[in-house]
Amino acid sequence: MEKFNTVISRPAPLDSSNVDTDQIIPKQFLKRIERTGFGEFLFFDWRFNDDGTINNKFILNEKRFKDSEILLSQENFGCGSSREHAPWALRDYGFKVIISTSFADILFNNCFKNCILPVVVNEKELNYFFNSTLNLEDYELEVDLQNMVLSDNKGFSQNLDVDPYRRKCLLEGLDDIALTLIHEEKITMYENALSN
Amino acid sequence: MRPKTLFDKIWNKHIVHEEEGKPTLLYVDLHLVHEVTSPQAFEGLREAGRRIRRTDKTFATMDHNVPTLDRHNIKDPISLQQIETLASNCKEFGVELFDLASPYQGIVHVIGPEQGLTRPGSTIVCGDSHTSTHGAFGALAFGIGTSEVEHVMSTQCLWQNKPKTFEVRVGGKRPQGVTAKDIILSIIGTIGTAGATGYVIEYTGETIRSLSMEQRMTICNMSIEGGARAGMISPDKTTIDYLIDKPRIKSEENLDNLTKEWLKLASDEGATFDETLILDASKIAPQVSWGTSPGMVTGIKDKVPNPKEIEDPVKRKSIEDALNYMGLKADTPIEDIKIDTVFIGSCTNGRIEDLIAASKIIKGNKVSSRVKAIVVPGSQVVKYQAEKLGIDKIFKDAGFEWRESGCSMCLAMNPDKLSPGERAASTSNRNFEGRQGKGGRTHLVSPTMAAAAAIKGRFTDIRSYDIDLGEY
Ligand code: SF4
Repeated sequence: MEKFNTVISRPAPLDSSNVDTDQIIPKQFLKRIERTGFGEFLFFDWRFNDDGTINNKFILNEKRFKDSEILLSQENFGCGSSREHAPWALRDYGFKVIISTSFADILFNNCFKNCILPVVVNEKELNYFFNSTLNLEDYELEVDLQNMVLSDNKGFSQNLDVDPYRRKCLLEGLDDIALTLIHEEKITMYENALSN
Repeated sequence: MRPKTLFDKIWNKHIVHEEEGKPTLLYVDLHLVHEVTSPQAFEGLREAGRRIRRTDKTFATMDHNVPTLDRHNIKDPISLQQIETLASNCKEFGVELFDLASPYQGIVHVIGPEQGLTRPGSTIVCGDSHTSTHGAFGALAFGIGTSEVEHVMSTQCLWQNKPKTFEVRVGGKRPQGVTAKDIILSIIGTIGTAGATGYVIEYTGETIRSLSMEQRMTICNMSIEGGARAGMISPDKTTIDYLIDKPRIKSEENLDNLTKEWLKLASDEGATFDETLILDASKIAPQVSWGTSPGMVTGIKDKVPNPKEIEDPVKRKSIEDALNYMGLKADTPIEDIKIDTVFIGSCTNGRIEDLIAASKIIKGNKVSSRVKAIVVPGSQVVKYQAEKLGIDKIFKDAGFEWRESGCSMCLAMNPDKLSPGERAASTSNRNFEGRQGKGGRTHLVSPTMAAAAAIKGRFTDIRSYDIDLGEY
């Protein structure tokens, strides 16, 4: 897996709660058999009009948020299915960090496996990020996983709270399966005990 | 000894490796695979030169893409590619596959229990969030992503952070017409779609105990819609009675011992949970969802909510967005909502009991002229059972289309889709925007409510019907 480096970017404000996996990647795009190329379908029904033209009213289509690497969203982001196509699409589109007050369980897990850092903040902080990125000209957030700091260029700074094991995996780009196979002997012992 | 929950017992038994401050490495007893979330996992194995560690614990089926009219003629080239890819992957890696020619093919969560692959006390995973269905048998069953599918294939294990436990205790007598679907919808309406995030739910209480296995599956199936990692129900006599004659179980040599072990898994008297919710089933009305998430649900006699009455701005906006998408006006009585389509099927409500109950409502009636109605059995076995009972005829005589098994309009990856603006009464589990087709509007209901809506052309209170639904 690729390594997670510090991200500095103007966050894109998606002002919806319960953004579900059918929105993140509509199911007509689940049929590929590769892991790549899902980014162009991210939020498809919102980004594009019915006739295929770009929906200029959708916030991610605004020029200033076009190259965002950080996504802000309201509570319970990523609810719905277990499809990993959702984080594949988010990552392929260019998002490396997602900030919300809460995440659905499976998506939260899937993010770490795809070099995306999901960050949980409280409502006040989230509102502050939304307001700042919508209203301040040169606003940027910085996510420094190495030093565990979330800060902006207006003086906000606080510690990140990330599970140390997951942090290590992200920073070092570790392959989960290889890590598990360190314990192969224990797996075999477990299986032997089972069959007895 | 401290009393233990069902969850504790299963968790403890499956620990392969544990370290302070790290997730636990858990052993997986059953891995179910389908065509949509597996191709990239097989590809990963191939790239790394890895094999499947336990092909005897891995089973595959095709369900999401399958056409329900002519299943052997898949017109969408990409659907066909996914189906063919699964077949060749299973062949290459030695995985048993229930393919389209198999009489046992069906939705992955319907065939697991039907074939006796699902067993009490086991850990079950699948690249599909509704894996929680299998928890009805007292298993710890949950959905995983494709990276984890690959991980389980090569290691038969999974890293898991220990979830907290949530008891949802349901007591009281269900009124006639109030089904398991109404109970779970009302639970989700109460706790919200994120209410159980980070938890495993165990459903307890006399009402749950009185439910059949099929109804229990309906409840556990939708646990994920409340945000839970998994949902489970302690095994009891009902569980054993259901399992004992299933193909992969009946030939077990030590069946007696096995069933005794299974019964011991039930949560001990006095076991404690991190969270508890108590519900009275006698107060639950038949439920209808009005919005774009399964928590946006209300009783049949109620009205569509009015966002103006909601103070919290985030909630208000989400209700406004939902009504907008659903094309509904605030304060509309639910019974005034007219529908265009009825879908009876899915891993939530596509089992034989569901079809029997719906057919009792349909019998001797005609589907409203404004409604297109389809029944999609959850598996080929269900379809065969129904045809043996003559239920297909009841549906067909009333004007329903009778289809082959598969996921179908539950997620509309096959040709069964809603058109923009089309409004459906659906027995499936998700009413997200575009779930059943772009611009389609989904109302989640029970099979009997869907059947009644098909006849009337709008939602109607099933409790006013004088039809004996037995224990359903
Ligand atoms: S029936 Fe629906 S919810 Fe169930 S497995 Fe198929 S797509 Fe998923």
